[in-house]
Amino acid sequence: MKSQRKHFLADKDIQVILGTLLRVGVISSMAVVFLGGVVYLLTSHSNLVDYAEFNPGKSGMSSMLAVYEGVLHMDGAAIIQFGTLLLIFTPVARVVFSIFSFLIERDYLYVVIGLLVLVVILISLSNKLVG
Amino acid sequence: MSVLLFTIIVLLGAFLAGLLGSLTGLGGGVVIIPLLTLVLGVDLHYAIGASIISVIATSSGSAAAYVKEGITNIRIGMFLEIATTISAIFGAVITIYINPSYIAVIFGIILLFSAAMMIRKKVDRSDNDTSGKLAVWLKLNGTYPTADGVKKYAVHNVIGGFMMMFVAGIISGLLGIGSGALKVIAMDNIMRIPFKVSTTTSNFMMGVTAAASAVVYFHRGQIDPGIAMPVTIGVLVGSTLGAKILIRSKPEKLKIVFAVVVTFLALNMIYNGLSGRI
Repeated sequence: MKSQRKHFLADKDIQVILGTLLRVGVISSMAVVFLGGVVYLLTSHSNLVDYAEFNPGKSGMSSMLAVYEGVLHMDGAAIIQFGTLLLIFTPVARVVFSIFSFLIERDYLYVVIGLLVLVVILISLSNKLVG
Repeated sequence: MSVLLFTIIVLLGAFLAGLLGSLTGLGGGVVIIPLLTLVLGVDLHYAIGASIISVIATSSGSAAAYVKEGITNIRIGMFLEIATTISAIFGAVITIYINPSYIAVIFGIILLFSAAMMIRKKVDRSDNDTSGKLAVWLKLNGTYPTADGVKKYAVHNVIGGFMMMFVAGIISGLLGIGSGALKVIAMDNIMRIPFKVSTTTSNFMMGVTAAASAVVYFHRGQIDPGIAMPVTIGVLVGSTLGAKILIRSKPEKLKIVFAVVVTFLALNMIYNGLSGRI
């Protein structure tokens, strides 16, 4: 009984940390997107939008390197894109954290399941999938 | 249209989409894509890219609250994510090879289906019959807090649910939506998980599923900062407000009104797809 309660407490702790991780990820990435949005609007508010035709190279913000270089120059669009990437990686960080928490619980079946999900996401990072 | 005007219109539209999406449980993406494509003439591929980002924001934001309450079944979520991530990437890869007109039609059909799912009467078929061997081996059976204390439930037909999640993931990757309606079918009807657990767990999975296809969209240039910024901020603020209102009232009438709006949007998407305008 005692060990069971202990286990329950550990589960509860993990849920609280997991919830906090997700919240911090969303809030911080949204703050970056907002900041980038302000810079973007200040510099290009009077430009004309043209989204009628999909053009893969148009934004120039489709590689992590381009985003990184843009952020260094305080480019608004690049800062927005950086915030977007932070947001994309928030659930991925959640998966990584879950793997560690299952490792602590010695639930090796779920360590393997978590690693499988992580591998799938790492495969998606390959830019050869774009076609 | 100037960048400033475009940003303001999209911001307001996304706010409304997020608000209604969370009040009715349908999600924001289903309204934002028709708004961008039908009203503002944005190419469908950009609309899909922006929508998937808003899915990550809203699902992670609300998952944070649900996980803390201990309703979400993290094991069910992790296990089914194997299916949804693989199929979401597949969906995101093939979406560029499919004629946008067809995608618009598929989107319309999924919208009609989601609207029907939203207003139908739900029947809770959960029980505590732990005879499913696979569910026991995967430790999927769980408990959740109710008003009368902690309640146990058992998971059924794990393989059937896993297969249905493949379909949900492909649709999610193809259309840039959370495809909550399909996930709920897999969990409520096939795996027979209690509503509270299925809705929160489906929401928990959406973030990872959307992240997998979002990376593909990102590399393809489908995520344009000028659209993603107002969409994500608008949808997130709207859905956060919606969740706060939901605690105080259950808007059943609103669901019917919204179902009518969604049906109208769906028919419009199908019509524009069939006539080749999208």
